[in-house]
Amino acid sequence: MTAGVAFFVGACDLKRAAVIDPKGPIALAERNLLFDAFCVMMLVIVPVIVLTLLFAYRYRASNTKAVYTPTWANSVRLDALTWLIPALIVMAVAVLLWRSTHRLDPYRPLESKEAPLDVQVVAQDWKWLFIYPEQGIAVVNQLAFPAGRPVSLRITSDTVMNSFYVPQLAGQIYAMAGMQTRLQMLADQPGTFVGRNSQYSGGGYSQQHFEVQAMSQADFDAWVARAKQGGAVLDATTYPALAAKSRANPITYYSTVEPRLFDSIIDKYRHSGHAHSAPVRR
Amino acid sequence: MFGKLTIDALPFYSPIAAGGAAVTVGGALLVAVVLTYLKAWKYLWTDWLTSVDHKRIGIMYVVLALIMLLRGFVDALMMRAQQAMALNAGGYLPPEHFDQIFSSHGTIMIFFMAMPFMTGLMNVIVPLQIGTRDVAFPWLNAVSLWLSAAGAALVMVSLVIGKFSTAGWTGYPPYSGVEYNPGVGVDYWIWAILISGVGSTMSGINFIVTILKRRAPGMTLMRMTPFVWTALVASVLMAFAFPAITVACGLLALDRLAGMHFFTNAHGGNMMNYVNLFWIWGHPEVYILILPAFGIFSEVVSTFSRKRLFGYESLVYATAAIGILSFTVWLHHFFTMGSSANVNAFFGVMTMIIAVPTGVKVFNWLLTMYRGRIEFHPSMMWSIGFIVTFVIGGMTGVLLAIPPADFLMHNTTFLVAHFHNMIIPGVLFGYLAGYMYWFPKAFGFAFHRGWGLGAFWCWIIGFYLAFMPLYLLGLKGMPRRMETYNDPTWQPYLLVAASGAVVVLCGIGCMVMQLYVSIRDRAKTRDLTGDPFDGRTLEWSTSSPPPPYNFAVIPTVSDREAFLEMKEKGTAYRRPAAYEPIRVPSNTPIGVILGAFGFVLGFAMVWHIWWLVLASGLVMFAAVIVRSSNDDQEFTMSASEVKRIEDQRYRQLGSRS
Repeated sequence: MTAGVAFFVGACDLKRAAVIDPKGPIALAERNLLFDAFCVMMLVIVPVIVLTLLFAYRYRASNTKAVYTPTWANSVRLDALTWLIPALIVMAVAVLLWRSTHRLDPYRPLESKEAPLDVQVVAQDWKWLFIYPEQGIAVVNQLAFPAGRPVSLRITSDTVMNSFYVPQLAGQIYAMAGMQTRLQMLADQPGTFVGRNSQYSGGGYSQQHFEVQAMSQADFDAWVARAKQGGAVLDATTYPALAAKSRANPITYYSTVEPRLFDSIIDKYRHSGHAHSAPVRR
Repeated sequence: MFGKLTIDALPFYSPIAAGGAAVTVGGALLVAVVLTYLKAWKYLWTDWLTSVDHKRIGIMYVVLALIMLLRGFVDALMMRAQQAMALNAGGYLPPEHFDQIFSSHGTIMIFFMAMPFMTGLMNVIVPLQIGTRDVAFPWLNAVSLWLSAAGAALVMVSLVIGKFSTAGWTGYPPYSGVEYNPGVGVDYWIWAILISGVGSTMSGINFIVTILKRRAPGMTLMRMTPFVWTALVASVLMAFAFPAITVACGLLALDRLAGMHFFTNAHGGNMMNYVNLFWIWGHPEVYILILPAFGIFSEVVSTFSRKRLFGYESLVYATAAIGILSFTVWLHHFFTMGSSANVNAFFGVMTMIIAVPTGVKVFNWLLTMYRGRIEFHPSMMWSIGFIVTFVIGGMTGVLLAIPPADFLMHNTTFLVAHFHNMIIPGVLFGYLAGYMYWFPKAFGFAFHRGWGLGAFWCWIIGFYLAFMPLYLLGLKGMPRRMETYNDPTWQPYLLVAASGAVVVLCGIGCMVMQLYVSIRDRAKTRDLTGDPFDGRTLEWSTSSPPPPYNFAVIPTVSDREAFLEMKEKGTAYRRPAAYEPIRVPSNTPIGVILGAFGFVLGFAMVWHIWWLVLASGLVMFAAVIVRSSNDDQEFTMSASEVKRIEDQRYRQLGSRS
């Protein structure tokens, strides 16, 4: 009973659920796709459920008034329909699928007047490192950027496979060592969002979330300036300590970053051993 | 001497783990004590463990599945309890323990609950439905059973000695590699899967040959029952798909044991190769499990609607189409790997196409119910519950098949809810429908109806309570496998989900009561005819339980509903002029010996006890040589013995009228 009440109280906040309430054009397009496909599917799901229950009731054994045709088992017309109805639904959704998959390819740069902000993302045990190559700074567990400006993410892992996931802005993509994946992101308005690792990665996985901050250009400039004040340096000597296992890390700023750090994190897995590793889709 | 095995392997690191170990050991001891008290060891050995009779092997498979269902369900309860209480806190389970539980839950439910349940039902019923006396390779069948049991035993023993894997049921590297997981957990997982996987591959081969070569005269392919058709396609998939996971796990074992680099981060390894191999098995596996369940639904819906199955040809073609298409969709398990839009779109569209033959099947069941006379036997209830619930899971599956939508929902509890929404109504309800439908055939007495209905209602209500909130939590962005979380708005949903698990627990309680009450009342509820449901197919033409040779005279088939036609023509139950002697395979202990030493081999591999690996391997090799050198593998039941058994059967039939 209490569980039931709790459920309805909980249901009221569904309209603010991350996937239902996107805050950028990509997540919005992905959500709308979800809704569109849902509506198309309902065209067949609802009749099937209704007919199942209706037939079960109508043709119950005790209802001897109902028509009974024990040997009726074939009908070319109905056979055709049973193939045609699902085929038509699937064709409709398949067209939607093909177009949207190309339009929302996470590697495809967003169309915008502004040049995208480049951010390099490294998954570590159990935290996220964000490197801003233009600004020359790095941050642990916080991803800040100006609202309205596209963010172009290059993602890798310095540990096991992770999945970089920001449900309200971008969806997700895997982070894999020795490889680079990409994701585009854009926030309509300033705001704070949650980002997570959605791929189980060991003991600290449950606390491996980060803060996503979309801010005004002025706030972003101030944020960069503040990050630059700290004086902490991230380079080949300080990096290993950061990459070591740690849980629930606080937000940490590095005012200086070795320029090729991100590439060197990828390359250290690629250049050991065989000269030829799997091709990378850059 | 003992490799990596030391006294530290005992689970004294946490009271809950020690409790789990105590329950496992206590349960095994209790069974041993009861068997000794009943003086049943000899009976167990001669009549069951060494049996090569497909019916007994099938029953042992189902027993294994039900035991593992209990274990896997306890895991589920523990996870639901942990997540219900772990808001901003550690709950009652440390991460290392929680992670073992979700790994063992998935591993057990797929490999050691669903697979044995399916293989068991196929074993009991397929030979009866095609009118033959046994499977093509009865001894191989026993070996398959005991290798599956050896795998299950490895998972169980990891509760007591050492720890189980924390890498999830999919065991993705590099996390499952030795660099990140040096302990024995992943090895337990690998060897449990490798050993049981060999058994599954051989089962697949066995049933392909049985169905293609051993059908009764007149039973053309298009006269086979829908269950036999689905069993055939599932067997083909088993034979072709299981080698992929055997290779994937084998290479992972080489990475771990021999310092190789197939799937490591560095030195040219690539974990995505593992993921591809895993799902090249993993997606067909979904259909290996679900197709036989579809077959059961087809039988049950037709029998209890008292009507011929609608659109048989359509169903057969749909089954075959699903079998082929199931090998073309594996990449939808990792759209988020970063492949190109063309690749993702291709696999997305292929996934949708699979929905077409599946939809055809749903419509055919509906049209079979249409203008029928539906009797609400528990098996029929599972079927109706299945159709209503399964289409919801199918719908969410189509949503997840759209790559950009999958970017939002992948790895969330929405995904967890989706695949449970396929596997529980689609697979488990199907097997339970078959279990309640064929129980009187296997044992010769009725299965209690009321407790069966109770089990159905608890399971279906519990299912909705447990998994609908997970869909919503996925929409709220909750990733799967979280041991703790900091979003207070998630907790109400998790509490509802936990209550659903409790309702399912009541359903399992009903299943236990159903067994107890049915066995207690067996003298009063004997099935004298062998045909309690006015059945349509050949398994109902023989006695319940069937004699060792199934059919004294192999039936001749001239219709899809072979037995119904015999009853209508008046040729059913007709006595032959004389009986012939029948060749029956002899019992052999080699199957159970191979299983036992397969278990020892796996255990020794896990703990790096190399001399024991060698020794148990040699014993297994020798056992196969001994078996292969034995030309005396069958015995003859004399015509008079057959006549004695058949006379008894006809006395029973007579006493009924």
